[in-house]
Amino acid sequence: MSEERKREEGRPEAPREADRQPAAARQEESGGEKRGEPAAAGRQAPSAAERQSPAAPEQQASPVAQQQEPANTQEVSGTEPAGAGAEHPNQPQPDTMPEHPEASASGKPAAPANAAAGGRTGGGAAAAGEGAGTDAAAGAGADTAAGGTAGSGAADPEREAKIKAAQEARAARLAAKAAAGGGDGAASGGAAGAGAAADPEREAKIKAAQEARAARLAAKAAAEAGGDAAPAEPKPPSPKQPWLDEAVELLKSEVHPEAVEEASINELSDDMPTIVVKAEHWRAVAELLKSHGKLGCNYLRNVTGVDYETHLEVVYFVINLETKREYAIKIRTDREQPSVPSATPVWTGANWPEREIYDLLGVEFPGHPDLRRILMPDDWVGHPLRKDYVPLDPEV
Amino acid sequence: MIRTEELLLNVGPQHPSTHGVLRLVLKLDGEVITEATPVIGYLHRGTEKLAESLNYTQIIPYTDRMDYVSAMTNNYVLCHAVEKMMGIEVPERAQFLRLIVMEMQRIASHLVWWGTYLLDLGAMSPFLYAFKEREKIVSLFNELCGARLTYNYMRVGGVKWDAPPGWIDKVRDFVPYMEKQLEEYEQLVSGNEIFLARVRGIGKYDAETAIAYGLSGANLRCTGVKWDLRKNEPYCIYDRFEFDVPVGTNGDCYDRYMVRFEEMRQSLRILKQAIEQFPSSGETMGKVPRVIRPPAGETYVRIESPRGEIGCHIVSKGKAEPYRLKFRRPSFNNLQILPKLLVGETMTNLIAIMGGIDFVLGEVDC
Repeated sequence: MSEERKREEGRPEAPREADRQPAAARQEESGGEKRGEPAAAGRQAPSAAERQSPAAPEQQASPVAQQQEPANTQEVSGTEPAGAGAEHPNQPQPDTMPEHPEASASGKPAAPANAAAGGRTGGGAAAAGEGAGTDAAAGAGADTAAGGTAGSGAADPEREAKIKAAQEARAARLAAKAAAGGGDGAASGGAAGAGAAADPEREAKIKAAQEARAARLAAKAAAEAGGDAAPAEPKPPSPKQPWLDEAVELLKSEVHPEAVEEASINELSDDMPTIVVKAEHWRAVAELLKSHGKLGCNYLRNVTGVDYETHLEVVYFVINLETKREYAIKIRTDREQPSVPSATPVWTGANWPEREIYDLLGVEFPGHPDLRRILMPDDWVGHPLRKDYVPLDPEV
Repeated sequence: MIRTEELLLNVGPQHPSTHGVLRLVLKLDGEVITEATPVIGYLHRGTEKLAESLNYTQIIPYTDRMDYVSAMTNNYVLCHAVEKMMGIEVPERAQFLRLIVMEMQRIASHLVWWGTYLLDLGAMSPFLYAFKEREKIVSLFNELCGARLTYNYMRVGGVKWDAPPGWIDKVRDFVPYMEKQLEEYEQLVSGNEIFLARVRGIGKYDAETAIAYGLSGANLRCTGVKWDLRKNEPYCIYDRFEFDVPVGTNGDCYDRYMVRFEEMRQSLRILKQAIEQFPSSGETMGKVPRVIRPPAGETYVRIESPRGEIGCHIVSKGKAEPYRLKFRRPSFNNLQILPKLLVGETMTNLIAIMGGIDFVLGEVDC
């Protein structure tokens, strides 16, 4: 019974899940494993994600799950006392401490395994997590996945195929449900669970699964074809794109044609125009950024050093306080002999931040007026923010 | 024949006027400072390094300990950064609670500064008044989240605790009370002859210098630059409220004092509006996955803390822990200008100038 309630709670959430899917789905199609576990559903319900392949939303609904899926529908529609059948091996582990119900939504490490809360927060995906193995709310997962990708706003043929697949799957489930209803009426008592399925029911199930599989394959093929044909993002260009173009243009014409290595819009950071600049041209670039009438980035807001293990990177965030035009300028440098020309002569405020990066990451800043350690003691050995840093002091 | 010798003087690391462990190595010619070198790092705990092996929720308590006078805004900047990366929506009620505690925090933080600054300058009683009022705010925070200094109140997606029954009413009562008190304190201090003699025209710099040094907060606004991230790059729900950004004209210690004092009034103004519009019910946590894994990529978000622009730069590789977490701490950047300001000043002005910057060492060293 609780199963039924949870599913009902879960259902309406599914479209919301789907809304968040597109980005993940597209990422996946473009072949990038960039997002770690791109499936939104996977993120929502880790327990489900662990069991199922974390990779693609399509893969989430494995054929097995789909086959079992109609059984679940039957369970939901009909028989309450199928209690034993409703045991969920995938139930979130109860090893977490009981807490505020809200806390589960926080995604805290010790979030409670409160099933109801899980259902509420995780939406359809959480429902999937609950049922995945035996019955298959995973069907709901399949539904979400298909629906999600359908809404992805990707190339048209792909989209149509997916919508079709979703429709077929739904139809198949309805058929199975009808069959189950029939079987239910005939069967006596609560034992009418998934095991004691009548023949027509099973046939319907198999048929549904086959159809769904075929539809999915078609969708996938279409997606691949569509992906190759139209890899372009349908998104409108960022409003900050002109800033980026203008700066790149200026840097190429005024500083050096090769000064810019990469230029992109960082969507995760409010569409920050991000430019990767060659170290040897950085000083000239900095001066241009600050003094050119169109750019006028007079305020240096932050400097960050990052150890990417293959190389080190220093990021300068600059902004024009009047026009609010801002840029993130990255300079990549060798890890063995890291050196980035200092920006302190251009923005005085770069002084301490550069010292901090020198101290913690070991990047040299030629041209810096006073390059000493700033946070660590002067006689410290090593640079703590390096990924391979090991403290020298045996007592530490 | 009278001969003067250069004197090397260590101020700190333990000195009452540094409000933390800051060491200043001064070269003195008589009573005039000829060179000043701040030495920092005594409070360096490696927060950024530690964060690389913690998940995002576990990092929140560390942010409390950076700027321990303004823990709420630090909480917010981290949560906000993660929310931005993951596209998490924060429920209305949580937004209001966040805004209310951040503005209360701003008042509390400025009160600490106000009291201790005047204490440094030799006025004992304002300190007692300031801490009396701050106590009220701290008690309200205590009711809300069970802590008086390190709140650990916000979470990615919302806030940890909803306001207990009657809490909002207490804040509502606090606002007019505080308005009245501020009036009194202004009369008590702001026109005081001795005070004016100590701060007027002291530690002066112009807007160009402030921008070049990357100053933020009242240190920037005292020169007339109207740059407040609450207004210029609105975050949370600040764009819904009316408030002014006070600016100075001379860029001296007195202007910094007046800017901060006026900011407390403006914060009360925001609080008043926020309490009026406070939603009577609703969730305090948004929909957040159980394991917080921002997508691979990076983001830099910044907000206006009582001390200026506090920023959080996250580089994520799609894991539960950040690959690199960098905090842009306003105190760290603001403190840079100190050596420049001190040269040519007398020892007595050192205290006035240093206090005027309003830095918190926990944040400088991080």
